[in-house]
Amino acid sequence: MTPKSNALLAGLKNHDPRAIGRAISAVENNTAEAAALLSALDRDLIDNVLVLGITGPPGAGKSTLTSSLIRRLREQKKRVGIIAVDPSSPISGGAILGDRIRMMEHALDPDVVVRSMATRGRLGGLCASAGAAVRIMAASGCEVILIETVGVGQSEMDIVRLADITLMVLAPGFGDDIQAMKAGLLEVADFLVVNKSDMAGAEALCMDMEQIFSAKEEESEIKRVLQTVATENMGISTLLDSVDRFAHYITANGIKEKRRDKALDAETIDWVIEMLRPKFIQTMTECSEKSDPRVRAQELINTFKLQ
Amino acid sequence: MTTQQTPYRVLIGKPGLDGHDRGAKFIARALRDEGFEVIYTGIRRTAAEIAATAIQEDVDVVGLSSLSGAHLRLFPEVVRELKDRGGADIPVLGGGVIPDEDIELLLKEGLNAIFTSGTPADTIIQSFTTASQQHRDHDAQK
Repeated sequence: MTPKSNALLAGLKNHDPRAIGRAISAVENNTAEAAALLSALDRDLIDNVLVLGITGPPGAGKSTLTSSLIRRLREQKKRVGIIAVDPSSPISGGAILGDRIRMMEHALDPDVVVRSMATRGRLGGLCASAGAAVRIMAASGCEVILIETVGVGQSEMDIVRLADITLMVLAPGFGDDIQAMKAGLLEVADFLVVNKSDMAGAEALCMDMEQIFSAKEEESEIKRVLQTVATENMGISTLLDSVDRFAHYITANGIKEKRRDKALDAETIDWVIEMLRPKFIQTMTECSEKSDPRVRAQELINTFKLQ
Repeated sequence: MTTQQTPYRVLIGKPGLDGHDRGAKFIARALRDEGFEVIYTGIRRTAAEIAATAIQEDVDVVGLSSLSGAHLRLFPEVVRELKDRGGADIPVLGGGVIPDEDIELLLKEGLNAIFTSGTPADTIIQSFTTASQQHRDHDAQK
């Protein structure tokens, strides 16, 4: 342990927001103290945290729903962590992270810990950082962690897999978008939240989704298609109660543990690739430049004696 | 090993009651286009909310915009709130409708730089880059 990682660890235990922010940055930036810090985190807190993934198309109301969930969780006196993911610009690499706009009512609550993260254009890379951020927040006493992301790309789907339970947020009027999401949705989402359910078309959407989800409901006898109006706080308690019951169900029969193990394996591979990437880029110039990329890749791997 | 530097993280916030966010959004987009990660808080924030958010997000720089004339009170308040939360090292830059005679006062109150409506975008981005890098260097030394 370096003095710096010791100080960060002590800060996490004291719920110091500066320490939490810095610890996540240390991991994101792959600094020297990251490894020592991550290995010293409290395992029990990490095992017991509940991680919820909140995903869905842009405009469905994810941030507003997240804010309503935070409000309800705070009423239950739970300390909450939020990881809000937005895409990076593929051209400049920059990003505007605006999810906080809808969460500002919680800005001064010391038990609401928010971190905005950009995808940084790396498949898997963000997944690695976000996984570490979850564990850091858990180690600083967060009992529930919400990961909010647009669920329309592969990298976003990967992030959602960090969650123990995934909520897909939809709203009436998305038409073909929802049709296109159905395939991936069935595999990933545990709950389907029809938000803006005071709008026309909500009933039809619910019926449609209930048909798709009917097989899942039989597994646990918990209703998986729920309606909310996040702006009015409607349906939030019922949603959280169902999520709670489902959390007990997956914990009791070992599903949560299996999901975690799978996510940790995937994250490990992501870290391997992230850590090797700069070395590969550096060594690439040493391999024959004009060969086919597939051939060149093999040369590169041979140079590193990975096989 | 060449370590690729991660993007600078900055917060753009509008303290106080003025709702004119064109300038703040313009700067947020310009910074994004230069590779910054910009946390945008939206309009009508208190100084405490902006400071608490900056600390949580571990930003390199805070940028404030004010067009209401309340900058002399609000900008230094953000600097103080940051200091109270252990973030005295985070540089604060301000911009908006700010009379020349107020610039000196704000710099004395701990603002890192002040921009007015005539400042070219390139100058503003350069200031954000310099302040971010200084913050990172300062961080690395600790």
